[in-house]
Amino acid sequence: MAEKTIIRGIAFVLADAEGTLINDIDTDMIFHNRWLHITAVSEMGKYALGNLVGYEDFPKRVAELNLAGLDGFFLVAGANFGAGSSRQQAVDCLSALGCCGILATSVAPIYLRNAINAALPIAQIPRLAGKVEQGDVLALDFSAGVITNERTGEALTPNPPISSVQMEIYKAGGLLRLLRMEPA
Amino acid sequence: MGHTLIEKLVSAKVDREVSAGEVVWLPLDVITARDFGGASVVKNFREAYGADGDVVDARRIFFTFDCNAPANTVGYATNQMICRQFAEEQEIRVFDVDAGIGSHILIEQGLARPGATAIGTDSHYNILGAVGALGMGMGDVDVAFAFRNGEVWFEVPPTVRVNVEGRLKWPATAKDLTLAIVGHFGSSGLLGQAVEFYGEVIDSLGIAGRITLASMATEMSAVIALIPPAESVLDFVEGRSGTRPEPVLADADANYQNEITLHLGEIEPMIAVPYSPADVKPVRELAAEKVRIHTGFVGSCTNGRFGDFAVVAEMLAGARVADGVTLKMVPATKEVYGELMKSGVLAKLFDAGALISNQGCGGCASGQIGMTGEGEVQVSTANRNFKGKQGAGRTYLASPATVAASVKAGYITAPEVD
Repeated sequence: MAEKTIIRGIAFVLADAEGTLINDIDTDMIFHNRWLHITAVSEMGKYALGNLVGYEDFPKRVAELNLAGLDGFFLVAGANFGAGSSRQQAVDCLSALGCCGILATSVAPIYLRNAINAALPIAQIPRLAGKVEQGDVLALDFSAGVITNERTGEALTPNPPISSVQMEIYKAGGLLRLLRMEPA
Repeated sequence: MGHTLIEKLVSAKVDREVSAGEVVWLPLDVITARDFGGASVVKNFREAYGADGDVVDARRIFFTFDCNAPANTVGYATNQMICRQFAEEQEIRVFDVDAGIGSHILIEQGLARPGATAIGTDSHYNILGAVGALGMGMGDVDVAFAFRNGEVWFEVPPTVRVNVEGRLKWPATAKDLTLAIVGHFGSSGLLGQAVEFYGEVIDSLGIAGRITLASMATEMSAVIALIPPAESVLDFVEGRSGTRPEPVLADADANYQNEITLHLGEIEPMIAVPYSPADVKPVRELAAEKVRIHTGFVGSCTNGRFGDFAVVAEMLAGARVADGVTLKMVPATKEVYGELMKSGVLAKLFDAGALISNQGCGGCASGQIGMTGEGEVQVSTANRNFKGKQGAGRTYLASPATVAASVKAGYITAPEVD
């Protein structure tokens, strides 16, 4: 069970050369199809974002973050994050590196489910652009459904709001721990 | 206020009236895992439910090996064995590496029926919207949960009603209609929504054309594109399953989030240029550039049916693939391969110089019929051309007819009107 409902992490912003949040980051950019045979989560981290131009060394850059006193890092991206395939690895590879949440302008539907089911906090924040800079410390208050940028003090509100299902699955520690129903 | 198609479909499953925004535990008629994702499903299932945990109902569960078929890496081969062993223990049917694309098999077998619910580890499972079924691609956690419980949590999405006005005549085909629609909505234009398609041009589509259209709902980030089943679809499903399905249809006064009419006029051959399936333009706009190609690809869950191959055979009759160009072809299923062989289409394609591989997801999945190299230009009937997905080259997405015209010419060109 995950008792913690406030999650604090450092922002890792996926932006282009002009500083604009990158849209349409698809699952082949996050975890390329040539690694799909991998089933051990611990093996997945080193391939994370390996096919996203400018972020090929993402695992190395994440390793250099100072996470002292924090729960991990928040990945911050643009619209339609996680478009493409249904691969769970595209979520798991980020968890494997210490990602404690994903904030995006919007998230593709299958990816959204996969993150929720894996108890990786994820929120869609339509007005995310310009609100977070590399290295900002963010606090996600899961029960209040709000994210605060501790540098600016500004609240970032998810829309749609974080659902009760997501909360329930998160508290259980993942979908597979949620219910242990006997087969009918 | 009446209900949309997806609301009615879900209501029938949960036995109460539900509306968009509600969260339900959705009972599933069909639950599948592929070789891709399948081994992780088994691993999740064993970790969560123990070594002696059983699946909810083996008759509703299938493995479909289509992603890497037959396996060209030891990793994949081992994953397939993990699934086969689990299937044997649990008495689950396996559509093995010789069967073809899982979503297409569900349609061919009559398992995907109007009003049915199905999930699989395949992001193009919303193809099943082609027959009015709710198909959804899901990850290995959801599928493991469904193996055990026979259901998944589901938030009923809002629906956009899309009325399509346009005329589809040669050389434009269902793929051109589909690309025009994807181009209109963009890569996230229908994000998280269900779509219902209406209009004469939609009604005119056969099963294959409906598959093509429904398959690219994913490229607009829609949950599903539902095409209300025509009589021809009901006939098809009855022929395949032995029983005539009762179609689920939207109420006339359904509560849509949005209603859009697309005026597509005389639809012309369309093409998605690298690196986005939504970066769509008429093929004629590329005519002046004469974009040289090295590879043509016909196949995938979007265009891997018999008709997709027959049109290429017809266009290449008495001609050959241009020097320096390879035409790779992958039938969707064993049934399609059989039809190609028995009808003589296969021989015509061979004579024209095509390279024909065994059935499956080849072309999209990693390397089954080769990757593209640096500098390589490919024109493909598949549904994605993301950077790096099929190798280091540049992939354009088009109809089988445009691929045929292009491999004949050696550069990207639309089929002739004739």
